Amino acid sequence: MSEQFYFALEVMMNGLMAGVMYSLVALGFVLIFKASGIFNYAQGVMALFAALTLVGIQKGEIPFAHVINATFGTNLSTFGWELPSIVAIVLTAAVMILMAVLIEKYVLKHLVNQEPIILFMATIGLAFFLEGLGDLMWGSEIKKLDVGLPQGISETIETVTNNWFGYGFFIDRLDIIAAVVAAILVTSLTLFSKYTKQGRALRAVADDHQAALSVGISLRFIWVLVWSIAGFVALVAGIMWGTKSGVQFSLSLIALKALPVLMLGGFTSIPGAIVGGLIIGVGEKLFEFLVGPMVGGATENWFAYVLALVFLVFRPQGLFGEKIIERV
Amino acid sequence: MKLKLATLAVAAVMAAAPAMAELVFPSLSYRTGPYAAGGAPFADGYADYFTLLNERDGGIGGVKTKVIECETGYNTEKGVECYESTKGEGALVYQPLSTGITYQLIPKAEADGIPLHTMGYGRTSAADGTVFKWAFNYPANYWQGASDAVDHILDINGGDIKGKKIALLYHNSAYGKEPIRTLEELSKKHGFDLSLIPVDHPGQEQKSQWLQIRREKPDYVLMWGWGVMNQVAIQEAANIRFPMDHFIGIWWSGSENDVLPAGDAANGYKALNFHAVGKDFPIFADIQKYVVDAGKAAGSGDNVGTVLYNRGLYAAMLAAEAAKKAQELSGKKDITPGDMRDGMEALEITEARMTELGMPGFGPSFKVSCANHGGPGKAAIQQWDAAAKKWTIVTDFYAPDMDVIQPLIKADAEAYAKENNITPRSCN
Repeated sequence: MSEQFYFALEVMMNGLMAGVMYSLVALGFVLIFKASGIFNYAQGVMALFAALTLVGIQKGEIPFAHVINATFGTNLSTFGWELPSIVAIVLTAAVMILMAVLIEKYVLKHLVNQEPIILFMATIGLAFFLEGLGDLMWGSEIKKLDVGLPQGISETIETVTNNWFGYGFFIDRLDIIAAVVAAILVTSLTLFSKYTKQGRALRAVADDHQAALSVGISLRFIWVLVWSIAGFVALVAGIMWGTKSGVQFSLSLIALKALPVLMLGGFTSIPGAIVGGLIIGVGEKLFEFLVGPMVGGATENWFAYVLALVFLVFRPQGLFGEKIIERV
Repeated sequence: MKLKLATLAVAAVMAAAPAMAELVFPSLSYRTGPYAAGGAPFADGYADYFTLLNERDGGIGGVKTKVIECETGYNTEKGVECYESTKGEGALVYQPLSTGITYQLIPKAEADGIPLHTMGYGRTSAADGTVFKWAFNYPANYWQGASDAVDHILDINGGDIKGKKIALLYHNSAYGKEPIRTLEELSKKHGFDLSLIPVDHPGQEQKSQWLQIRREKPDYVLMWGWGVMNQVAIQEAANIRFPMDHFIGIWWSGSENDVLPAGDAANGYKALNFHAVGKDFPIFADIQKYVVDAGKAAGSGDNVGTVLYNRGLYAAMLAAEAAKKAQELSGKKDITPGDMRDGMEALEITEARMTELGMPGFGPSFKVSCANHGGPGKAAIQQWDAAAKKWTIVTDFYAPDMDVIQPLIKADAEAYAKENNITPRSCN
């Protein structure tokens, strides 16, 4: 086999890994859309907020220290402790649950039975609010996120592939971890959605708010539950992307990578988010490799959307989305 | 009752009296959004220098300075709005802090008669003062930066880089594409192979680019990045075990923000810079005393001495020196934007003056002129020490190859003049 072939194979494998990273973000969108029909514009910012909070808690930073110092002339910065990663992750997950409770109480509760566009607009407001809150609480500087995840080339894979094919493949160890985490997340969420009482209630709420209420399902509880899970998924996405680039405000832009994945996989399918991510990841990387050099490169961003649009022509609901038929 | 009336009368007179003259320096900053980590320290340095002048010296030539901050979010539309909303407040010079905003403001500022200072960014051909009367980009621009980087590579290769492979990893935008033409010319001159590797905005995912670099094995990688693109690129370079001391960023890819997230893996990474790093200069003692300790710092004070803080400080120093020059030339303390432009065009920064300001060796000495608004374009190489978490300047200032760059500047400026029906002025 030629080196060109192995390189294409390497590009494809890395595309699959990149696709998993996109899927982690897309999952959060799917969960909320499935349960409430809301396209949550704030999902990217939730990942940012979760990652900021994680670093802040882990490093013992005092929330709002900048504001307190500017107001009272103090010189506060940290509590002076550094927490183990797992404790910080658990505490951050608790913050995300608290956030879900507050969102339900102050935003969603007042918008029951409103048009989807109203709920969408509310999530735009929420995105701006969370971004500002994150800035006020933890500051705008870039923070290093270190929860002990390995990064860099997997030397085992490189050595093994070199022995087999005479070409050492590059696979990032962080991407391997992300793939394992994504697999666990998707399996758990699918099982939860299909086989638990709350999961079935969640699907009932997604179908019809009022019908679900009439059979005794607590809409408020389901919303808190689903926003909490979405908050946890945002935390996982924030950890993976934040480890890669540091925790910074551009993390919120990872939502842009999730949109074509959602269009392709379908807004209502958890496995669809993964399959969509993999197709987008492989598609954009191979296109960049094969066609990029002919058109000046940097094709990945627009190609992902073009690919999603092509799929939409044939399956408007996405690969795994539910076909919505509305009768007049 | 009489006392109340008298108090009211005094208050009314005070309100009606003309305001004390101030020298207004707008700061188009971005402390929010995806690029806040880069915008905040620059804005802090810019504001703190003027606060220092007010607190220590009573302003410039006895006239207090005033910095008006306007948040652009690094967004071109907002930047233009900021310009429009502040230009009527006596603005003397604009520092747009964005190449996109600069391109929009060049014709507007010319029409309004307000100078622009785009220090190390913006439109490179604005260095030609015969066409761009109101725009200045001293002390260095991107084309000069590209040449300085190649000079460094020549330097460490004994002056011969024939057959070497150099890759340019660039932000796929007008900014990122700036050095391409210069590098193409330099590649012809020195015989190196240039490969161009674009990264789409914002640059969070660069796997394809680094797989390409891993495969092509360039001897050096130059980077024109900003924001998250820098941090991801440095991490990906570490991931593929690319030698960090062969990875050289432009000055906007060389702040603490860019290297800290990668931790020890970023050790040895290099970047260009046209000013000093650290706070081992007498001026920082004054900033601590008159600004930070006095509770008047624009930020929390923890940015002081970082690369981008120093850049903001340096930009403010150049603006203040030009204002001082303008006062001398016009013979009046309360200068106009037109006087400021004249001051910028007559600006001379000498080592003696920088020492007097408490900034010895902070930047190169240079002189601006009617024809040359771009300065000498000198830049040094700074290198990151991950263990000490600090940058160190490791070379002298390199002088760019103006034999290659000047014709490019002239051609671009002439094209701009033709498109906009501008007759180049005579500088003789």
